[in-house]
Amino acid sequence: MSWFLDNFDYVRELFVRHAWISVLSTLIGFAFALPVGWFANEHPRLRGASVFIVAILYTIPSIAMFILLPGLLGTPILSVSNVVVALAIYAAAVMVRSVTDAFGSVSPAVLDAASAAGFSRAQRVFRVELPLAGPVLLAGLRVVSVSTVSMLSVASLIGVSNLGSLFTDGFRRDFLTEIVVGIVAIVVLAVALDLLINLVGRLLMPWASAQQTPRARISLARGSRA
Amino acid sequence: MIEYRSIGKTFADGTEAVGDFSLVLPSRTTTVFVGSSGCGKTTLLRMVNRMVDPSKGQVLVDDVDIATRNKVELRRSIGYVMQHAGLLPHRKVIDNVATVLRLNGVDKKEARDRSYAVLETVGLDSSLATKYPSQLSGGQQQRVGVARGLVSDPNILLMDEPFGAVDPIVREELQAELLRLQRDLDKTIVFVTHDIDEAFLLGDQVVILKKGGEVAQVGSPADILAAPADDFVRSFVGIDKGSRTLHVEQRDGVDVVVDGTGKATGVLEAR
Repeated sequence: MSWFLDNFDYVRELFVRHAWISVLSTLIGFAFALPVGWFANEHPRLRGASVFIVAILYTIPSIAMFILLPGLLGTPILSVSNVVVALAIYAAAVMVRSVTDAFGSVSPAVLDAASAAGFSRAQRVFRVELPLAGPVLLAGLRVVSVSTVSMLSVASLIGVSNLGSLFTDGFRRDFLTEIVVGIVAIVVLAVALDLLINLVGRLLMPWASAQQTPRARISLARGSRA
Repeated sequence: MIEYRSIGKTFADGTEAVGDFSLVLPSRTTTVFVGSSGCGKTTLLRMVNRMVDPSKGQVLVDDVDIATRNKVELRRSIGYVMQHAGLLPHRKVIDNVATVLRLNGVDKKEARDRSYAVLETVGLDSSLATKYPSQLSGGQQQRVGVARGLVSDPNILLMDEPFGAVDPIVREELQAELLRLQRDLDKTIVFVTHDIDEAFLLGDQVVILKKGGEVAQVGSPADILAAPADDFVRSFVGIDKGSRTLHVEQRDGVDVVVDGTGKATGVLEAR
């Protein structure tokens, strides 16, 4: 505990760094996965292919990816951008699948009704499909944000400092306290991000939680049975 | 006025939904397409707002071939009410109703005011306006669907089995409500159902369809009952079963109306 207090500023610096690298990577991955997943859902024949390619990407070991990318991108070996790009690729790889499922989960009857009401193609995509895919998109984002936070710690092995540096350092010095502090900090960050995404989702999609009320379930059940 | 001129529709998979169909639907009346599933009734309805384009022939609205009109604008000018209401689950009731107005560029304030007014017209309490569709009963959702179809005051209202998914008591309420609305609003309504009783109740003109959009008979409910075109119609409207062939029997000096199965259905009053 005293080690933690003595090194509080250092741990805080790593925490903030770890947070922004993982958030940025997740967001870039999401921004990439969103159109690809939408497109894959629109064209069912491409669905299998896209999921396959993306699965192959995911099998590349992260340490190999961290080492290969500087050569491919022409960036310095210690640059943070290598790590951000690598994590964004993994994030996108996982999310393409869930984005495709998210758009696939939107009821065709609702889309048909929207067209009949006079939504143009683009209006329908942005004002009906995207918001209705929201809950499943959010679920995918939550999974990826946690896995990105944990995967980032591997990058400390190639000299890009983050909370994982506390493991490598603690391991080298055979100093358990530092390792434990690192683990706790990573868990705290992952949980905090998860809560944050959940909160943003509730604010953006109040209708999704409205649907969970018991009364709504009863009326839904009644509607579908009649 | 809506006019079908030698319409045919074959879908991409080769199914012929409509063979050759021609009909005039007079303005400010209700025309009901009635038939079993696969008779092409929904396909015919959806041709009016170009949700389906015919493979051959033309559909004219007020003497204009709608194939020449922009699909999206055409749809915004026509009310559409579907089975299960088809409401947007992520928009509040009031925003669902206001959808078409907002798409037509009506400003937010006016759209809200008009939407509240039309909710009242269809008999919904304004306290429901800020709820989400999933928080409403099936019957209430269907009323919202009707309100959405009416809000922009379109000349034409398309209704695709709108009351098919609600329980019989609510259905009767909604049917009565539609008759009352139509007395006040005088829309050109195209209504699709598989229920002949509903067709006779709501339709000024009833179109009985066989498979592939083939017309078995067109006419007012009274015309069809008075002179059914063939055995198909006789059986479809239920004359064979006896429930529509009524006769009068005397009971203690009162004229009691009895149907063909011997069931008493009412009393006859002098007008």
